[in-house]
Amino acid sequence: MSTQSSRLAARVMVAPSVVLLFIWMAVPLAMTLYYSFRLYRLISPDRTGWVGFTNYLWFVNSPEFWLAMGNTLALVGGVLAITVTLGILIALLIDQPVKGQGVLRILVIAPFFVMPPVAASILENLFMHPQNGLFAAVSMSFGAQPILFLQDYPMSSVIAIVSWEWLPFATLILLTALQSLSSEQIEAAEMDGASALNRFRYIILPHMMRAITVVILIQTIFLLGIFGEIFTTTQGGPGSASTTLPYMIFKQAIAAKDIGRAAAGGIIAVILANIVAYFLMRGIGRHLDA
Amino acid sequence: MGKITLKHVNKSFGDVAVIPDINLTIENGEFVVFVGPSGCGKSTLLRLIAGLEDVSAGQIEIDGTDATDLPPAKRGLAMVFQSYALYPHMSVRKNIAFPLKMAGMTEAEQEKKVQNAARILNLTSYLDRRPGQLSGGQRQRVAIGRAIVREPSAFLFDEPLSNLDAALRVSMRQEITELHQTLKTTMIYVTHDQVEAMTMADKIVVLNAGNIEQVGSPLDLYHHPANVFVAGFIGSPKMNLIAGAEAAKHGATTIGVRPEHIDIAAGGPWSGTVGLSEHLGSDTFLKVEVDGIGTLNVRAGGEVNLRHGDRTSLAPQAGRIHRFGADGKALA
Repeated sequence: MSTQSSRLAARVMVAPSVVLLFIWMAVPLAMTLYYSFRLYRLISPDRTGWVGFTNYLWFVNSPEFWLAMGNTLALVGGVLAITVTLGILIALLIDQPVKGQGVLRILVIAPFFVMPPVAASILENLFMHPQNGLFAAVSMSFGAQPILFLQDYPMSSVIAIVSWEWLPFATLILLTALQSLSSEQIEAAEMDGASALNRFRYIILPHMMRAITVVILIQTIFLLGIFGEIFTTTQGGPGSASTTLPYMIFKQAIAAKDIGRAAAGGIIAVILANIVAYFLMRGIGRHLDA
Repeated sequence: MGKITLKHVNKSFGDVAVIPDINLTIENGEFVVFVGPSGCGKSTLLRLIAGLEDVSAGQIEIDGTDATDLPPAKRGLAMVFQSYALYPHMSVRKNIAFPLKMAGMTEAEQEKKVQNAARILNLTSYLDRRPGQLSGGQRQRVAIGRAIVREPSAFLFDEPLSNLDAALRVSMRQEITELHQTLKTTMIYVTHDQVEAMTMADKIVVLNAGNIEQVGSPLDLYHHPANVFVAGFIGSPKMNLIAGAEAAKHGATTIGVRPEHIDIAAGGPWSGTVGLSEHLGSDTFLKVEVDGIGTLNVRAGGEVNLRHGDRTSLAPQAGRIHRFGADGKALA
């Protein structure tokens, strides 16, 4: 039933939450925008004033900024590539009928329930640690020197840690997509002479495209803001080798106590997110239709 | 060529024997219908022939060569599924061309065959659409198109019309029959609808609980059902099966009389009260509560004017009474 009056009533009733959500979103954005054009340092609170684009220019002219941009994109791209590829493979694997399927699936999904800093600590101390870590033990049992993951490959290590956390999410979404594929379609392809590889390429993968798109979009939103894992492991180092945009903003806000610059960084991050979103929607957004 | 021979085929899922033991020969060019109630194993049997299920024991021969262990693609058969199983992300053209593409055929050859199939099935103007934009009957035709481009030695149909509405079912039924007459390829067709079986088949295989009850032409099954099951299954409305004293009079455990073989005749041996009467114009279907026998279905002419509660006398037509023994088999 949808008469004019009931539609009006519905609008009136959802209005408060819409207004609240709008304020919730618009006020912080407006404040960030305001501060990004102000001189606002917590160390010298008496010195204030409009500074135009100075804060932005500081970012753009800082060599660390471009490294951080590259690192952010490498993190997003690397984690997406790893989680989607492995996610598809694991989903295909655990979709097979095996004994103890239920337990197996819970085990696969379990890492997702671990909090990011905890997950990072587990991987840092139990796996990547040069003395206590599992990987070090494996290296040494072959007579090799332990690899100093966080020191020599900081960005790759962060990508590995974040991938470990997000792989279950990707696997779960992709598995449900796989399960919704009608078995008759696979059988029809089998009758049509498609090999297992061709069945994957022409039937299974196209069927999963929508789920893959969802995984990519959702993960991108979260990966652009990854902070906890870097904070607990490399602290953005050595030097600035594993500093990402959010971590750089954190350093400006908390370490340098320069709110104006941090706000400018925040606005740059918003612009970056929008650019990424634009290209993602252009590239893969069509899979969301129909 | 498309001669298919099943030798002692058995299929068990765990301890449950879905198909205990089946021997059957399907001749080249025949239109064979597997019919039976749901759960009788007819779809399983079709899937065994297709190679989508492994046989537990026995042999399947296609054109004289053992195909028991061949994968589905190597058997040279094409199947049309109940859900059509079209590939939703491909256009109609690509759907039909898919088996050709998998066989490594060149684009030009694919296009030629697709055009040909589309012409036969009246799909030419839909080639660039997706399956989601087609109606049920059109999807059905695409599924058939995908099957015919492969030029298989036999077609397998798994309840292909059950998702269509009644009117479309009748026209698709005729189209498939015509297709068989054009292609002259062996077709195996699974259905639970005995009307489809009667109208389409050269040969009907009646299945019940995984066993073949009878194999024969439609009229053969209608006129000479081998047992009570076939007698009750083939024919619409259902044959009246009468047990007890009335059957004993004819020297049988059960007798069967089809509704169309009972006449309304004054002074007939059976008298009873009319329960339900359905006037269709061409026919009148009556349910008559006959004294000492029970309810009988009677198919009378359209002009019969009996109403609920009327008394009437019935007479079975001479020579149209089927007699069955204690084991359910027909008596000679």
